[in-house]
Amino acid sequence: MRMPKAPGVSSSALCLSIPPAAGTKLVTFSEVVMSDSAAKPRPQFRNLTLSQLASYRLPLAGKLSILHRISGLGLFLALPIILLPMFGKSVLSEASFGQFREMVSNPLVKIVLLCLIWAYLHHFCAGVRYLLLDVHVGVEKYAAQKSAASVFVVSLALTLVFGLKLFGVF
Amino acid sequence: MASKDFGSKRLVVGAHYGIFDWIAQRVTAIIMAVYTLILLVGALLMPAFTYPNWVRLFNFTVLSFPLGQMLAFLTFLSLAYHAWVGMRDIWMDYVRHTGLRILLQVLTIIWLMASVIYAAQILWSI
Repeated sequence: MRMPKAPGVSSSALCLSIPPAAGTKLVTFSEVVMSDSAAKPRPQFRNLTLSQLASYRLPLAGKLSILHRISGLGLFLALPIILLPMFGKSVLSEASFGQFREMVSNPLVKIVLLCLIWAYLHHFCAGVRYLLLDVHVGVEKYAAQKSAASVFVVSLALTLVFGLKLFGVF
Repeated sequence: MASKDFGSKRLVVGAHYGIFDWIAQRVTAIIMAVYTLILLVGALLMPAFTYPNWVRLFNFTVLSFPLGQMLAFLTFLSLAYHAWVGMRDIWMDYVRHTGLRILLQVLTIIWLMASVIYAAQILWSI
Protein backbone atom coordinates (compact mmCIF):
# COMPACT_ATOMS: atom_id res chain seq x y z
CA MET A 1 0.00 0.00 0.00
CA ARG A 2 1.38 3.42 -0.92
CA MET A 3 1.41 6.21 1.61
CA PRO A 4 -0.23 9.45 0.48
CA LYS A 5 2.40 12.10 0.31
CA ALA A 6 1.60 15.29 2.21
CA PRO A 7 2.78 18.52 0.51
CA GLY A 8 5.97 19.93 2.01
CA VAL A 9 6.87 16.76 3.91
CA SER A 10 9.75 14.61 2.81
CA SER A 11 9.02 10.90 2.59
CA SER A 12 11.97 9.97 4.80
CA ALA A 13 10.67 11.96 7.79
CA LEU A 14 6.93 11.46 7.76
CA CYS A 15 5.29 13.57 10.46
CA LEU A 16 2.13 15.48 11.15
CA SER A 17 1.82 18.86 9.57
CA ILE A 18 0.99 20.51 12.91
CA PRO A 19 4.11 21.71 14.75
CA PRO A 20 5.18 19.28 17.50
CA ALA A 21 4.81 20.35 21.13
CA ALA A 22 7.92 21.05 23.14
CA GLY A 23 9.62 17.90 24.35
CA THR A 24 7.97 15.68 21.74
CA LYS A 25 10.40 13.54 19.89
CA LEU A 26 10.02 13.45 16.16
CA VAL A 27 9.84 9.90 14.91
CA THR A 28 10.77 8.94 11.38
CA PHE A 29 8.76 6.42 9.41
CA SER A 30 11.52 3.80 9.51
CA GLU A 31 11.74 4.16 13.31
CA VAL A 32 7.99 3.57 13.64
CA VAL A 33 8.21 0.44 11.53
CA MET A 34 11.25 -0.96 13.35
CA SER A 35 10.22 -0.09 16.90
CA ASP A 36 8.14 -3.27 17.07
CA SER A 37 11.15 -5.52 16.79
CA ALA A 38 13.99 -3.33 18.01
CA ALA A 39 12.65 -1.41 21.00
CA LYS A 40 10.36 -4.13 22.37
CA PRO A 41 11.75 -7.59 21.65
CA ARG A 42 9.35 -10.49 21.74
CA PRO A 43 9.46 -12.32 25.08
CA GLN A 44 11.47 -15.53 24.99
CA PHE A 45 10.71 -18.48 27.22
CA ARG A 46 13.88 -20.48 27.53
CA ASN A 47 14.71 -23.33 29.86
CA LEU A 48 15.25 -22.36 33.49
CA THR A 49 18.80 -21.97 34.69
CA LEU A 50 19.91 -23.70 37.88
CA SER A 51 19.87 -20.43 39.88
CA GLN A 52 16.32 -19.69 38.70
CA LEU A 53 15.30 -23.24 39.58
CA ALA A 54 16.00 -22.64 43.28
CA SER A 55 13.62 -19.67 43.51
CA TYR A 56 10.96 -21.02 41.16
CA ARG A 57 7.72 -21.61 43.04
CA LEU A 58 5.84 -24.62 41.75
CA PRO A 59 2.21 -25.42 42.57
CA LEU A 60 1.66 -28.55 44.68
CA ALA A 61 0.84 -30.65 41.60
CA GLY A 62 4.12 -29.46 40.07
CA LYS A 63 6.08 -30.52 43.14
CA LEU A 64 4.29 -33.89 43.02
CA SER A 65 5.24 -34.22 39.35
CA ILE A 66 8.95 -33.47 39.77
CA LEU A 67 9.11 -35.75 42.82
CA HIS A 68 7.47 -38.47 40.69
CA ARG A 69 10.43 -38.16 38.33
CA ILE A 70 13.05 -37.99 41.07
CA SER A 71 11.61 -41.01 42.92
CA GLY A 72 11.44 -42.98 39.66
CA LEU A 73 15.05 -42.12 38.86
CA GLY A 74 16.13 -43.10 42.37
CA LEU A 75 14.37 -46.47 42.19
CA PHE A 76 15.87 -47.09 38.74
CA LEU A 77 19.38 -46.42 40.05
CA ALA A 78 18.88 -48.45 43.24
CA LEU A 79 17.38 -51.45 41.42
CA PRO A 80 20.45 -53.55 40.50
CA ILE A 81 22.82 -52.19 43.16
CA ILE A 82 20.66 -52.13 46.32
CA LEU A 83 17.19 -53.62 45.80
CA LEU A 84 18.00 -56.81 43.86
CA PRO A 85 21.06 -57.77 45.96
CA MET A 86 19.03 -57.33 49.15
CA PHE A 87 16.06 -59.22 47.72
CA GLY A 88 18.42 -62.01 46.61
CA LYS A 89 19.88 -62.25 50.11
CA SER A 90 16.44 -62.41 51.69
CA VAL A 91 15.13 -65.29 49.55
CA LEU A 92 18.17 -67.39 48.60
CA SER A 93 18.58 -69.52 51.74
CA GLU A 94 17.95 -69.67 55.47
CA ALA A 95 21.55 -68.50 56.08
CA SER A 96 21.40 -65.57 53.64
CA PHE A 97 18.03 -64.60 55.16
CA GLY A 98 19.83 -64.29 58.50
CA GLN A 99 22.50 -62.12 56.87
CA PHE A 100 19.72 -59.98 55.36
CA ARG A 101 18.10 -59.45 58.77
CA GLU A 102 21.46 -58.56 60.27
CA MET A 103 22.12 -56.11 57.45
CA VAL A 104 18.74 -54.41 57.91
CA SER A 105 19.41 -53.99 61.64
CA ASN A 106 22.09 -51.40 60.72
CA PRO A 107 20.55 -47.92 61.21
CA LEU A 108 22.35 -46.56 58.12
CA VAL A 109 20.78 -49.31 55.99
CA LYS A 110 17.43 -48.53 57.60
CA ILE A 111 17.68 -44.88 56.52
CA VAL A 112 18.57 -45.83 52.93
CA LEU A 113 15.67 -48.30 52.90
CA LEU A 114 13.29 -45.67 54.29
CA CYS A 115 14.25 -43.30 51.45
CA LEU A 116 13.54 -46.07 48.92
CA ILE A 117 10.26 -46.91 50.67
CA TRP A 118 9.22 -43.25 50.41
CA ALA A 119 10.28 -43.19 46.73
CA TYR A 120 8.18 -46.29 46.01
CA LEU A 121 5.12 -45.02 47.91
CA HIS A 122 5.26 -41.55 46.36
CA HIS A 123 5.74 -43.00 42.87
CA PHE A 124 2.88 -45.44 43.49
CA CYS A 125 0.38 -42.87 44.84
CA ALA A 126 1.27 -40.18 42.28
CA GLY A 127 1.06 -42.85 39.56
CA VAL A 128 -2.47 -43.84 40.63
CA ARG A 129 -3.42 -40.13 40.43
CA TYR A 130 -1.99 -39.93 36.90
CA LEU A 131 -3.92 -43.03 35.85
CA LEU A 132 -7.12 -41.39 37.11
CA LEU A 133 -6.27 -38.15 35.30
CA ASP A 134 -5.74 -40.20 32.12
CA VAL A 135 -9.35 -41.41 32.31
CA HIS A 136 -10.48 -37.81 33.00
CA VAL A 137 -11.17 -38.26 36.71
CA GLY A 138 -10.37 -35.10 38.66
CA VAL A 139 -8.98 -32.97 35.85
CA GLU A 140 -10.71 -29.79 37.07
CA LYS A 141 -8.39 -27.30 38.75
CA TYR A 142 -9.75 -27.63 42.28
CA ALA A 143 -10.07 -31.43 42.14
CA ALA A 144 -6.53 -31.76 40.76
CA GLN A 145 -5.12 -29.59 43.57
CA LYS A 146 -7.00 -31.62 46.14
CA SER A 147 -5.84 -34.96 44.74
CA ALA A 148 -2.22 -33.71 44.66
CA ALA A 149 -2.50 -32.85 48.36
CA SER A 150 -4.09 -36.26 49.05
CA VAL A 151 -1.14 -38.02 47.37
CA PHE A 152 1.29 -36.22 49.71
CA VAL A 153 -0.81 -37.03 52.77
CA VAL A 154 -1.27 -40.72 51.90
CA SER A 155 2.30 -41.41 50.73
CA LEU A 156 3.90 -39.62 53.68
CA ALA A 157 1.54 -41.28 56.18
CA LEU A 158 2.31 -44.72 54.71
CA THR A 159 6.03 -43.91 54.79
CA LEU A 160 5.65 -43.09 58.47
CA VAL A 161 3.86 -46.41 59.12
CA PHE A 162 6.53 -48.42 57.25
CA GLY A 163 9.25 -46.36 58.94
CA LEU A 164 7.90 -47.09 62.42
CA LYS A 165 7.71 -50.79 61.51
CA LEU A 166 11.25 -50.68 60.09
CA PHE A 167 12.67 -49.08 63.25
CA GLY A 168 10.84 -51.62 65.38
CA VAL A 169 8.34 -49.34 67.10
CA PHE A 170 5.60 -51.95 66.61
CA MET B 1 -3.03 -30.45 1.29
CA ALA B 2 -3.87 -27.90 3.97
CA SER B 3 -6.99 -29.84 4.98
CA LYS B 4 -4.76 -32.80 5.85
CA ASP B 5 -2.67 -30.78 8.32
CA PHE B 6 -5.14 -30.92 11.20
CA GLY B 7 -8.45 -32.41 12.32
CA SER B 8 -9.66 -35.98 12.47
CA LYS B 9 -8.78 -36.61 8.80
CA ARG B 10 -5.23 -35.26 9.12
CA LEU B 11 -2.37 -37.15 7.55
CA VAL B 12 -0.71 -39.14 10.35
CA VAL B 13 2.86 -40.25 9.80
CA GLY B 14 5.58 -41.83 11.93
CA ALA B 15 6.21 -45.17 13.58
CA HIS B 16 3.58 -44.64 16.33
CA TYR B 17 6.00 -45.81 19.01
CA GLY B 18 5.05 -42.71 21.03
CA ILE B 19 1.48 -43.82 21.65
CA PHE B 20 2.58 -47.45 22.01
CA ASP B 21 5.03 -46.53 24.79
CA TRP B 22 2.48 -44.20 26.40
CA ILE B 23 -0.02 -47.08 26.64
CA ALA B 24 2.68 -49.59 27.64
CA GLN B 25 3.80 -47.35 30.51
CA ARG B 26 0.25 -47.32 31.88
CA VAL B 27 -0.44 -51.04 31.37
CA THR B 28 2.85 -51.97 33.08
CA ALA B 29 2.00 -49.55 35.90
CA ILE B 30 -1.31 -51.33 36.51
CA ILE B 31 0.41 -54.76 36.46
CA MET B 32 2.94 -53.56 39.07
CA ALA B 33 0.25 -51.94 41.21
CA VAL B 34 -1.81 -55.16 41.27
CA TYR B 35 1.26 -57.26 42.12
CA THR B 36 2.18 -54.80 44.87
CA LEU B 37 -1.26 -55.27 46.44
CA ILE B 38 -0.96 -59.09 46.11
CA LEU B 39 2.42 -59.00 47.88
CA LEU B 40 1.10 -56.62 50.53
CA VAL B 41 -1.85 -58.89 51.33
CA GLY B 42 0.50 -61.90 51.39
CA ALA B 43 2.88 -60.11 53.75
CA LEU B 44 0.05 -58.99 56.06
CA LEU B 45 -1.32 -62.56 56.22
CA MET B 46 2.15 -63.89 57.12
CA PRO B 47 2.00 -65.23 60.70
CA ALA B 48 5.67 -64.34 61.34
CA PHE B 49 8.57 -62.90 59.36
CA THR B 50 10.55 -66.13 58.98
CA TYR B 51 12.48 -67.46 55.98
CA PRO B 52 9.99 -70.22 54.97
CA ASN B 53 7.04 -67.79 55.15
CA TRP B 54 8.89 -65.06 53.26
CA VAL B 55 10.25 -67.25 50.45
CA ARG B 56 6.85 -68.86 49.90
CA LEU B 57 5.54 -65.47 48.70
CA PHE B 58 7.80 -65.82 45.66
CA ASN B 59 8.06 -69.57 44.98
CA PHE B 60 4.58 -70.92 45.68
CA THR B 61 3.19 -73.35 43.13
CA VAL B 62 -0.31 -74.13 41.91
CA LEU B 63 -0.69 -77.71 40.59
CA SER B 64 3.13 -77.84 40.36
CA PHE B 65 3.14 -74.71 38.15
CA PRO B 66 5.64 -72.13 39.54
CA LEU B 67 3.04 -69.35 39.80
CA GLY B 68 4.96 -67.35 42.42
CA GLN B 69 8.08 -67.09 40.30
CA MET B 70 6.08 -66.45 37.14
CA LEU B 71 4.07 -63.57 38.66
CA ALA B 72 7.20 -62.02 40.14
CA PHE B 73 9.14 -62.28 36.87
CA LEU B 74 6.32 -60.99 34.66
CA THR B 75 5.98 -58.03 37.03
CA PHE B 76 9.72 -57.48 36.82
CA LEU B 77 9.58 -57.42 33.01
CA SER B 78 6.80 -54.83 33.32
CA LEU B 79 9.01 -52.84 35.67
CA ALA B 80 11.90 -52.91 33.19
CA TYR B 81 9.76 -51.64 30.30
CA HIS B 82 8.09 -49.02 32.53
CA ALA B 83 11.47 -47.78 33.73
CA TRP B 84 12.79 -47.67 30.15
CA VAL B 85 9.94 -45.39 29.01
CA GLY B 86 10.31 -43.17 32.09
CA MET B 87 14.09 -42.88 31.87
CA ARG B 88 13.91 -42.20 28.13
CA ASP B 89 11.44 -39.38 28.88
CA ILE B 90 13.87 -37.91 31.41
CA TRP B 91 16.84 -38.05 29.01
CA MET B 92 14.75 -36.58 26.17
CA ASP B 93 13.58 -33.71 28.39
CA TYR B 94 16.85 -32.66 29.98
CA VAL B 95 19.77 -33.84 27.81
CA ARG B 96 19.98 -31.73 24.66
CA HIS B 97 23.28 -33.07 23.30
CA THR B 98 22.30 -35.86 20.89
CA GLY B 99 25.40 -37.99 21.35
CA LEU B 100 25.26 -37.81 25.14
CA ARG B 101 21.53 -38.59 25.11
CA ILE B 102 22.03 -41.69 22.95
CA LEU B 103 24.86 -42.82 25.24
CA LEU B 104 22.62 -42.42 28.32
CA GLN B 105 19.79 -44.30 26.58
CA VAL B 106 22.13 -47.17 25.69
CA LEU B 107 23.45 -47.28 29.28
CA THR B 108 19.81 -47.31 30.52
CA ILE B 109 19.02 -50.33 28.33
CA ILE B 110 22.14 -52.17 29.53
CA TRP B 111 21.32 -51.29 33.19
CA LEU B 112 17.75 -52.61 32.84
CA MET B 113 18.66 -55.75 30.86
CA ALA B 114 21.29 -56.61 33.45
CA SER B 115 18.62 -56.12 36.14
CA VAL B 116 16.23 -58.48 34.32
CA ILE B 117 18.91 -61.18 34.06
CA TYR B 118 19.82 -60.66 37.74
CA ALA B 119 16.16 -60.96 38.80
CA ALA B 120 15.66 -64.11 36.70
CA GLN B 121 18.78 -65.65 38.23
CA ILE B 122 17.51 -64.89 41.77
CA LEU B 123 13.96 -66.08 41.13
CA TRP B 124 14.99 -69.39 39.55
CA SER B 125 17.48 -70.27 42.27
CA ILE B 126 14.88 -70.32 45.05
